[in-house]
Amino acid sequence: MSSTDKEQYKVRKEPYYQAQGNEVALFEAAYRNRLPVMVKGPTGCGKSRFVEHMAWKLGKPLITVACNEDMTASDLVGRYLLEANGTRWLDGPLTTAARIGAICYLDEIVEARQDTTVVIHPLTDHRRTLPLDKKGELIEAHPDFQLVISYNPGYQSLMKDLKQSTKQRFTAFDFDYPDAALETTILAKETGLDEALAGKLVKIGQTARNLKGHGLDEGISTRLLVYAATLIKDGVNPVEACQMSLVRPITDDADIRETLDHAIDATFA
Amino acid sequence: MTSAETEYQHPLMKAYWAQLDTRFKQVEDVFEDLMAEALAILGREELHHYLDAARIIGKLGRGVEPMLAFLEEWPSVVKALGEARTAPLLASLASPQGGALPASGRPVDGEAVLPDVMAFIMKMQKSPNGKAITPFLQTLAPVARKLLSREQMAIYLEIARDLMDRTTGSVHGHHTTFPSPGLPWFYAQAPFLLSQLTLAGLKNWVDYGVANYRHHPERQEDYFNLQSADSKAVLQRERHGTLFADVERKLDLYLRGLWNDSDHLVPYSTAFDELRKPVPYYDKLGMRIPDVYDDFLLPARPGGEDTRISGLDRYRATLAHMVGHRRWTTAQVADNWSPFQRMAVEFFEDCRVETLLCREYPGLKRIFLALHPQPREGACDPETTSCLRHRLAMLSRALLDPEHGYQDPTLNDYAARFHALLAGGPADTAAVADLALSYVARTRRQSDQFAKVWFEDTVVDYRDDNRQMWKFIEEGDEEDAFDEKRKIEPGEELEGLPPRHYPEWDYKSQTYRPDWASVYEGLHPRGNGNHIDKLLLKHAALAKRLKRLLDLLKPQDKVRIRFQEEGSELDLDVAIRSLIDFKGGATPDPRINMSHRTDGRDIAVMLLLDLSESLNEQAGSSGQTILELSQEAVSLLAWAVEQLGDPFAIAGFHSNTRHDVRYLHVKGFSEHWDDEVKSRLAAMEAGWSTRMGAAMRHAAHYLGARKADKKLLLILTDGQPSDVDSQDERLLIEDARQAVKELDQESIFTYCISLDPKADEYVNDIFGRQYTVIDNIQRLPEKLPELFLALTK
Ligand SMILES: Nc1ncnc2c1ncn2[C@@H]1O[C@H](COP(=O)(O)OP(=O)(O)OP(=O)(O)O)[C@@H](O)[C@H]1O
Ligand SMILES: [Mg+2]
Repeated sequence: MSSTDKEQYKVRKEPYYQAQGNEVALFEAAYRNRLPVMVKGPTGCGKSRFVEHMAWKLGKPLITVACNEDMTASDLVGRYLLEANGTRWLDGPLTTAARIGAICYLDEIVEARQDTTVVIHPLTDHRRTLPLDKKGELIEAHPDFQLVISYNPGYQSLMKDLKQSTKQRFTAFDFDYPDAALETTILAKETGLDEALAGKLVKIGQTARNLKGHGLDEGISTRLLVYAATLIKDGVNPVEACQMSLVRPITDDADIRETLDHAIDATFA
Repeated sequence: MTSAETEYQHPLMKAYWAQLDTRFKQVEDVFEDLMAEALAILGREELHHYLDAARIIGKLGRGVEPMLAFLEEWPSVVKALGEARTAPLLASLASPQGGALPASGRPVDGEAVLPDVMAFIMKMQKSPNGKAITPFLQTLAPVARKLLSREQMAIYLEIARDLMDRTTGSVHGHHTTFPSPGLPWFYAQAPFLLSQLTLAGLKNWVDYGVANYRHHPERQEDYFNLQSADSKAVLQRERHGTLFADVERKLDLYLRGLWNDSDHLVPYSTAFDELRKPVPYYDKLGMRIPDVYDDFLLPARPGGEDTRISGLDRYRATLAHMVGHRRWTTAQVADNWSPFQRMAVEFFEDCRVETLLCREYPGLKRIFLALHPQPREGACDPETTSCLRHRLAMLSRALLDPEHGYQDPTLNDYAARFHALLAGGPADTAAVADLALSYVARTRRQSDQFAKVWFEDTVVDYRDDNRQMWKFIEEGDEEDAFDEKRKIEPGEELEGLPPRHYPEWDYKSQTYRPDWASVYEGLHPRGNGNHIDKLLLKHAALAKRLKRLLDLLKPQDKVRIRFQEEGSELDLDVAIRSLIDFKGGATPDPRINMSHRTDGRDIAVMLLLDLSESLNEQAGSSGQTILELSQEAVSLLAWAVEQLGDPFAIAGFHSNTRHDVRYLHVKGFSEHWDDEVKSRLAAMEAGWSTRMGAAMRHAAHYLGARKADKKLLLILTDGQPSDVDSQDERLLIEDARQAVKELDQESIFTYCISLDPKADEYVNDIFGRQYTVIDNIQRLPEKLPELFLALTK
């Protein structure tokens, strides 16, 4: 593979990432030793952002695959294509990453079917190989290659849990929504909203997170808070921005809506 | 058979039976069941009073009914009116700290109800109304479930007594006395009436009936049986305001969501305390708030608009104020301060916490200011009247409302000093207390001592009575003597298999205690399966809805999977499309095959039911116990899973120390959802404690042996793991957490459905994210199957 290929996967600009602890150093250590990494955490808490940031920091190409239910092993590994003068093999993203020495990020891995998930196994142990059965090739992963998966345990579904045999191949980070001060900083830096307003949004976010398990499956994510901040920054009335981006998307439970709406009113009075 | 011939194996049972001293066969038939329930709820001392009372009722000469009704209903009454504290002995022992504060002067909570009830029964017995004793007793438990506190029950008795007194007697001048015609009907309707009305409303409704039909026996019957038109009309008229019962969940969400706080909310009646209007307060039993709030209308100042504060917002203001104290107030030693000084400290501290609350949610300010009185400057004449309250209420207004407009320089000075104190942060109770004392000293007047006190516009009714703000050195901090009433357990033995032993995790030493818990398993006894069919019938509409969901999930025998690169057959449609693409020079889709698979649904499910005694508790205001609701929910779930065809087992567990963990099979994997299984479910009973870890390990022993892709262990519980022999609360919580980890290693997915509103404190520790708390237990029957479907979709 040519180096131009590799360049296109590089993260050029520093993605803004606010560390919550010493995860940056720990990830670097994992990378130094090429240990596979799993990032767990609720939706929209900064998992993807963290991985992008690390790829940038390490100066390695990043290949991201958003997993879904219909994904097959071939979608990861590659397949033969028919052409006028025969067939041509096309590498899948995982194969490409293994060849060029990229960090391969399989986002929301639990979404993929289990028979798909197993193809990553040989890449995650000492072998660091990827067999392309159809092509009859065994790829040795490039020394820079690293596998990162993300996973939201909050789906709370038996069908979407990872197999033990898969889980036990990874080192893991357990992410959660940042604490109030950090989250305020994130909103302010990410959208340019002033800290005072950002703090109010964070407060509303916490109101919803307090209700998790009492009628809400997930609280309000940092991502949704970023949406609200973006709308307010754009001039939308804060109460309406919150209703639209924080309350309406997450619940249809009338009592909970009323409680959150009340919190919004009480916060922006 | 007579009592003399009856032989109870257990010496205690024998003693209880002797104490009851009865020959009623019907009582004997159910005696053991009754005792099982009573033992689970009543303390030792209370049990004694319970049996005594039953004996007396049995000897009234009114047949077996009143005695049976009492024996059956009373434990539930005790349960509903608050943790077992009805026995006089215990009531006198347990003096909740702050209960008898001179500052607030409220009666000591926890006065016994049983003597009142017995006195009332004797009164009926002596009057011509003896026949009403049975209906009275028969609805006492549902009534208690609506009232939820002893104070409220006392008022209910008072209303009934009043009705009886005024409607018993001579009709049309006869000299013989007649029983009250309406009274038995009233008792029968009481549970319904109380679901619609506050006690104040009930009182008005009764008064109307008495006033109009005292001399018309038949129409009185119609009225009190809710048959007549005006009876219904008065009922409608008396319904007003926002009833606590209707907003309970919203208030719970409010506390949790906005304040990250939660507690038991206990309503009190607003209308009966003549001497002193009841005031909100909180103590270790919960937060006490009125049973109803009307909307509050603040008339506009000239040129402005009226302000309306909804009943719901008034509840919120009341709760927020208490939260403020819970967060920021530290109790002060009261002994050295005069009542005036304490009153001043309370006003200042109330304002401090409200200021801090408004910093959290500025919107609260509008509500507080609308509800806070605005005393008129100069309204109170210090020459003739004690004006301290008036001064403090004005100051309180001024501390909250920058536009107070008061001229008094001292008041303005202290308002400024208050704001300066809070400018840098929350300050603390001691600091505002200093300020308050200095204010009292500065403004003291001789007339403050006058007996005539100015009250108008000085009561801030969303504020609690501040009993938590004070501690008294003299009284000392005696621990409540709750230990004394360890529950007594019936000593039955489960026959059958020898026990299996399981280790238990000791988090302190981070080691397992080997073979620590002994699990005895057995088949659950059988009852009447028809009961379950009836429950299912009751939920026919829900079942229909579930059926639609189920059909979507149902395995179709063969599923065609299209768009496969490799497969068992060529998918012609796709292949031709690809060929056309190919011929046209475009890149063809290589996924031209299809394959079949028998549906992938391969899940084994085990439902583990916590059968500890707390399940006998009332589920909110439903009139059903948690156990009954669980039965309904489990029946629906079992029916649903049967439709899907997933292998499914049900077992219950409870424990009485580590030596005796019971594991009861209700349904085995190989059994169908049939009459046999239903009859076991119908017989389900609750008692004892919750040694969850051992039960989970035992369940895993069965579930682990299944051949299935996915294994799901559902645990339905209403409380935290605990057992009588485990003092350290964390121990069994940590053990359960460890059990979850072990099961995870065995690829068993554990999921907890908790009915404990306080579950947040521990459930997350045990189950990680794999849990749901169902706050509204009444909805369990629909929630449980829905949850299962969502989990396995
Ligand atoms: N620590 C952080 N630093 C900077 N931005 C953050 C951080 N955490 C969250 N964000 C913001 O939240 C948004 C969502 O984060 P991200 O996409 O990484 O979530 P995620 O955890 O990957 O969610 P999902 O599981 O839904 O994919 C980001 O786009 C970013 O704006
Ligand atoms: Mg993401």
